[in-house]
Amino acid sequence: MPFAVVLILLVIGTVIFHVYSQFAENGWWFTDLASNWGLIDTTVDITVYITGLVFVALNLFMAYAIIRFRYREGARATYEPENKRLETILTVLTAFGVVAMLAPGLVVWANFVEVPDEAHAVEAVGQQWHWTYRLPGKDGKFGEVDAERISDDNPFGLDPDDPNGQDDRLVYSGEVHIPIDRPVKFLLRSKDVLHDFAVAQFRVKMDLVPGMQTYLWFTPTETGRFEVLCEELCGIAHHTMRGMVVVDELEDFNTWLERQPTFLETQSKSPGNAAIGAAQYAVCASCHGQQGEGLKALNAPKLAGQSAWYLKRQILSYKNGLRGTHEDDVYGRQMAPMAATLTDEAAIDNVIAHIRTLPDTPAPTTIDGDVARGEKLYRTCAYCHGAQGQGIQALNAPRAAGMNDWYIARQLQYFKEGIRGSHPSDYYGKQMGFMGRILEDEAAINDLVAYINTLKPDSDKMVGLVTQTQ
Amino acid sequence: MAYVAIADRDHEIEHHDPQTFITKYIWSQDHKVIAVQYGITAIVVGVVALVLSSMMRLQLGFPDTFAFITPENYYQFITMHGMIMVIYLLTALFLGGFGNYLIPLMCGSRDMVFPYMNMLSYWVYLLSVLILLASFFVPGGATGAGWTLYPPQAIMPGTPGIDWGIVLMLVSLAVFIVAFTMGGLNYVTTVLQARCRGMTLMRMPLSVWGIFMATILGLLAFPALLVSAIMMLLDKSIQTSFFMPAISSMGANPGYTGGSPILFQHLFWFFGHPEVYIVALPAFGIVSDLLSTHARKNIFGYRMMVWAIVAIGGLSFIVWAHHMYVSGMNPYFGFFFATTTLIIAVPTAIKVYNWILTLWEGNIHLRVPMLFAIGFIFTFIHGGITGLFLGNVTIDLPLSDTYFVVAHFHMVMGVSPILVVFGAIYHWWPKITGTMYNETLGKWHFWMTFLGTYAIYLPMHYLGFQGVPRRYFAMGDTEFLPASAQDLSAAITVSALFVAATQILFFINVIWSLWKGPKADPNPWKATTLEWQTPDTPPKHGNWGHDLPEVHRWAYDYSVPDYPDDYIPQNVPADTAPAGRDHGVHH
Repeated sequence: MPFAVVLILLVIGTVIFHVYSQFAENGWWFTDLASNWGLIDTTVDITVYITGLVFVALNLFMAYAIIRFRYREGARATYEPENKRLETILTVLTAFGVVAMLAPGLVVWANFVEVPDEAHAVEAVGQQWHWTYRLPGKDGKFGEVDAERISDDNPFGLDPDDPNGQDDRLVYSGEVHIPIDRPVKFLLRSKDVLHDFAVAQFRVKMDLVPGMQTYLWFTPTETGRFEVLCEELCGIAHHTMRGMVVVDELEDFNTWLERQPTFLETQSKSPGNAAIGAAQYAVCASCHGQQGEGLKALNAPKLAGQSAWYLKRQILSYKNGLRGTHEDDVYGRQMAPMAATLTDEAAIDNVIAHIRTLPDTPAPTTIDGDVARGEKLYRTCAYCHGAQGQGIQALNAPRAAGMNDWYIARQLQYFKEGIRGSHPSDYYGKQMGFMGRILEDEAAINDLVAYINTLKPDSDKMVGLVTQTQ
Repeated sequence: MAYVAIADRDHEIEHHDPQTFITKYIWSQDHKVIAVQYGITAIVVGVVALVLSSMMRLQLGFPDTFAFITPENYYQFITMHGMIMVIYLLTALFLGGFGNYLIPLMCGSRDMVFPYMNMLSYWVYLLSVLILLASFFVPGGATGAGWTLYPPQAIMPGTPGIDWGIVLMLVSLAVFIVAFTMGGLNYVTTVLQARCRGMTLMRMPLSVWGIFMATILGLLAFPALLVSAIMMLLDKSIQTSFFMPAISSMGANPGYTGGSPILFQHLFWFFGHPEVYIVALPAFGIVSDLLSTHARKNIFGYRMMVWAIVAIGGLSFIVWAHHMYVSGMNPYFGFFFATTTLIIAVPTAIKVYNWILTLWEGNIHLRVPMLFAIGFIFTFIHGGITGLFLGNVTIDLPLSDTYFVVAHFHMVMGVSPILVVFGAIYHWWPKITGTMYNETLGKWHFWMTFLGTYAIYLPMHYLGFQGVPRRYFAMGDTEFLPASAQDLSAAITVSALFVAATQILFFINVIWSLWKGPKADPNPWKATTLEWQTPDTPPKHGNWGHDLPEVHRWAYDYSVPDYPDDYIPQNVPADTAPAGRDHGVHH
């Protein structure tokens, strides 16, 4: 008897939990729909009602049977090996229920498989652990790509000789914009392993498979920012592989698109003029030192030997407000107006060209810690920053070895506390936020940095070329 | 040469007779000892996997709290937890454990037909377990590729264990498959060739039917896993490109070209989906016998139950790509696989109806095995209907790769089969050991496990509806997820730790029972099947003493009218008791 009562309570509890989840204000249910795929939600609803009915009916019947036919001294079970008629009725009823769920499912799937002719195309490119995007130029055609052509200078692997690709717009960011109310076909491509492009508000998702192109389509129906999650396990930083689809009004989308460089533009950039940069560097030198060696007293980190692409991205981040805007980031807020003095990209390239000529002597160490523990902690870092802390441009991971330990420690603390990396468009900073939070306390940070102090990177591999980053 | 059944030659066949402790209990060829060896090994390795799951839950419920769980460790934990539970615990326990114990006893045989190979099967299985566990201790640690081991990521930088862990995993799987094949050929041959006189196929208990069909599935499905393991080993070691297209990994070109990652997924799930039923069918069979025995009623619709097992087994080979709706395979496949997948719901639903109808008009004893059996029906209904969500290709779009999937498959092939495993252990414990367990402890064990697991997995579905992805080390701030999602996750962790801790009740019961449990009656549940009719309890080597039993009726003559007892064992001749419903006599 108590067993049957518990079963009945479980059924009631399940129904209450479900109803609360689906209909209450703060229940656990689908986030608000922002695409045309209302039919998916309808199919879910149909399935919820049919299966919910079956769940309640079967379990209540079972509970009733347990009560009614519980063991009694002297009672005897009925001998009834089978009942053809009953079995047939149940089979037919089940088949009807299955058809009622399957039919709408197949109809909606047919809609999903067939992309409307008027859909415009956007390519999302996945790699460990970042998103970038490509949109066709005025010709409406994408240039040919090939995994074997991928390099730091050509991260999309575009064919430089393909005329269709010259005007392709390349988006070096986790954030892509699309116009509202226009069907969009996302072409999905992976550089390395499996990934999955999923946006909860759009309801649809699809894997990215290296060696082939996959797709999905939807029509965005709300403007706003919608987070892209990678939903196919792609390595230890899988959970940090985030991007953003920003749905704009058409004019805003066009303005944004104009700002994205074409492939041709990215390939024809000059590397920067060190001589001109030297003059501009005078401003920087007052804090970072004549040789870019860094000055702890002024809280200015070493620049010499840091990866060029990383320096450029940070200057741009300061300029664009992605960094140096958090109220607790005192030193970053000092840097932001300095970065603003570099008025255009050419100026940035020139300064960096100068910094690359400065001698790279390892920074003095200022932090002691448990190196053995630090080595264990560094295992996670090594996946992106390299076993020798040399930095890997393809992973957007800067050099750590031979740089200022006090600066790295402070940045880790900032990442951990969200002082750095919490700007909604700072996708790389957000990743470091995830990783910074693994370090439980200051001692862990010091141990880690103490280990990084022992790393001796190969200086030939240190300095990446100046390439497009934002 | 004319066919002569083994049972007809019983007195001509020489049976080896173990004398020493070593040949009796270590290098034993007795199916019952081998069953226990399989069972103990599987449960020990299952406890390892249980501990791993507790660590995962700690991280998920309370992120950034436990410094010893790094992303590397986390992905190693989920990978090893999944693989151990599916292959090394459930498959080994149902087939190597219960299959070994029950097939000869329920079919009225003296042993498996190839006892020596049966012994080898266990030792090779043990070897595969040791290879697997060794991967925790090699440089780089165990693989963290997820239990599905999808390439390229399983063998490319960015994933833990790409040096040794993945190699040991693949080798261990290959060795396991060798072990399974030696055991599996035995089970199938024994069922087909060594049944006692009168034991027609349609008189066999459903436990044997479930295990028999599951073994056939295993023999057909595991080769797909074997070849994919070998192909991945070649990709890893000598740079073949079966599964590896040209890629740019961490800014470098590893030199592969032309392979297909999706090919691996097809091979994996061609094994992986039948694997679900390799675990489920023995559970279906065993639970049928538990329900019938403790409800004192024949299983309802026996023939339909047998055909449902066969139909599910057959259909399970043409539904595999429902694991791949969003894998990037040709999306038109979705129509076919959604249809076959939902069709399989029909025979499965019939089984559920028949279990419940077996209770109807029964005389239900709510003993410990019966509690677990009915608990199974509840969790299996829940897990079955959520399968209708995921199998329906359209609904899979939002739910695939979320916690809905995790909740679904844990409900249907985690909790449900484990409830049957426990029910079966309690049910056959008196026969296996000759002692009784403690009923009160057993009931507590049931309630904690049943309610605790439901508290884990019911809410987990709703995290999936919300869009929380699986295999995330931490969720961080994700705009569309309210703080309540993390609260729910924390509550799930509390339930999971509770359930893990309460399993100690089971082990206390085992120790108590072996140490000072009362001596068991040879047939404490008054069951009809042959294993309860052995001359000795526990049965001795050779099972049946001098003469093999002879079967005169089906396995479910409970509460036959006009007979004083409410059960008639299968070996009671028709002229001393009413015939009951005599299925399967071929005229």
